[in-house]
Amino acid sequence: MSEPLSFELSRPGAEPPRLPAPGLSAAPSADVLPKEHLRVKPADLPRLSEAEIMRHYSRLASLNYSISEQFYPLGSCTMKYNPVANEAAAALPGFAGLHPYQDEETVQGALELMWRLERALCAVVGVDRVTLQPAAGAHGEWTALRMIQAYHHSRGDKRTEVLVPDSAHGTNPASAALSGFQVVEVRSGRDGRISLSDLESKLSPRVAALMLTNPNTLGLFEREILDVAEMVHATGAMLYYDGANLNAFMGVCRPGDMGFDAVHMNLHKTFTTPHGGGGPGAGPVGVKAELVPFLPHPTVEKADGHFKLDFRRPKSIGRVRSFYGNFGMLVRAYTYVLAMGGDGLTQASKDAVLSANYLRKQVDGVLEIPHHGPCMHEFVATAHNLASQGVRALDVAKGLLDRDFYAPTIYFPLVVPEAIMVEPTETESKATLDAFAEALKEIVQEAKTNPAALHQAPRNTPVGRLDEVGTARRITAYLTGQSEEPVLRWKRAGK
Amino acid sequence: MAERRYTKTHEWLTVDGKTATVGISEFAQSQLGDVVFLDLPSPGRKIARGESFGVIESVKAASDLYAPVAGTIAAVNDKLTSNPELVNSDPYGEGWILKLQMTGEAPADLMDEATYKKMAEGTSH
Repeated sequence: MSEPLSFELSRPGAEPPRLPAPGLSAAPSADVLPKEHLRVKPADLPRLSEAEIMRHYSRLASLNYSISEQFYPLGSCTMKYNPVANEAAAALPGFAGLHPYQDEETVQGALELMWRLERALCAVVGVDRVTLQPAAGAHGEWTALRMIQAYHHSRGDKRTEVLVPDSAHGTNPASAALSGFQVVEVRSGRDGRISLSDLESKLSPRVAALMLTNPNTLGLFEREILDVAEMVHATGAMLYYDGANLNAFMGVCRPGDMGFDAVHMNLHKTFTTPHGGGGPGAGPVGVKAELVPFLPHPTVEKADGHFKLDFRRPKSIGRVRSFYGNFGMLVRAYTYVLAMGGDGLTQASKDAVLSANYLRKQVDGVLEIPHHGPCMHEFVATAHNLASQGVRALDVAKGLLDRDFYAPTIYFPLVVPEAIMVEPTETESKATLDAFAEALKEIVQEAKTNPAALHQAPRNTPVGRLDEVGTARRITAYLTGQSEEPVLRWKRAGK
Repeated sequence: MAERRYTKTHEWLTVDGKTATVGISEFAQSQLGDVVFLDLPSPGRKIARGESFGVIESVKAASDLYAPVAGTIAAVNDKLTSNPELVNSDPYGEGWILKLQMTGEAPADLMDEATYKKMAEGTSH
């Protein structure tokens, strides 16, 4: 069932909610606004009664699919259940009612939370300091690259390249390019791991950093990480850890111990703060001692039991976010860390790896799994073997929607054709994993017996198959003007 | 028609005198799926062999395009701006991407059709 727009539901005679008189006298618009900004006719707003509005939004809410209701196996996105305790903590008036301009003396508790969260994150990833400012993972990548750039510049070393594996998250080359670096791709070997010989050939005094995620996007642990770190450091470059896959080994091993110099963490993945439309995100960055002077300011410092914001950091790359990051998310992540404890975090990672391997075994043979052997927290299958039936990964994903599952990540990583990337996370029961594997079996069966039906999927969702080609080709909104001052423009859809 | 030759990065090239025509292979378009956008350079720009000269975007992925040979861009296929699907429907004909005024000779190490097909089949598994 789809829901009409409020504009379509609008009816002229509807009695809108009765609001109390404002109790203030407002100046006429014509007295305070320039003439060219005055409306010629009233805005065309929908007109509905209170009951109609309430029902409209309640129906829309019921169409939502969320991690609170169902399984969300979106590979590389770590869609973990968001504990209710996180929300209770974030709603405490002492946190929820804060204003960022409040005097330092009146926000000691908030500063202490930031200070303690920083210490906890340092312990999990094995670094010396952490900035909590970045608002997302990619923002964290960019922040780290700016610090690495500042570090090299401070030594009079003008390095211009950043190495990125071909299996990397798309944000890695984007962050490097946005920081002004040339992106150089490093190839994967046959086993799906970074090729040391290709890395060797790409390393030079021009290279500022190698960006790597471990386990990589195929869900495989980079076993030669210590050799990689040694090779990178020998050329004077830094090693950057993309923390998207940190949920694979919390409490088991640490990026800092593997030789990574800078590490970002996604609190909205690994640390159970809301993800996607429920955001906003938080992408703290941890660094080793050599990079500490370049951290964004202010940092939170503790002296004599008193917490303060330190702006006096001459080598800092400056602020990367207004105020102190998405503070509400920091409260949620800290609540999660306290609720779990060190042992709990370790168990969560072990369970995530167990879930992924169990599901991989259930799926193996239904779909092809190109890289054999145990995986970490996620695995990549391929729908390549369905090509002869004219069925693609996209059709399999749409078939899952019809069976009440959210679709896994598809067509990523790019090194696997028709990729289907599944990350179950630690919170799913065996029954859920079995039901998901069963749904995949049904879909593969349907692909063989009735592929035409699968091309029509999904049919049980509020809207059916979307025309993704038409959407991308017939652009209706675009940015124009100088890049510093972009202007959003619209045009009518159609040729 | 001059013989079509291929790069490891799935571009094709035909040479007529000093002018080279460049596009992407049938295999590349089939792997990319429906092409929705191409970001292409302006004529007059000099490019080195192996340099990325543009981006091709499909519903699945965005990929760099690499120059199979060094030269100056003589022409860009303007039709692709409004009809990017030509790369899918006719990759070796109307879906050509650009023409280059070559700086030197065409490199000898590009693949012929048979060698390229063998390589492409090897990578798709």
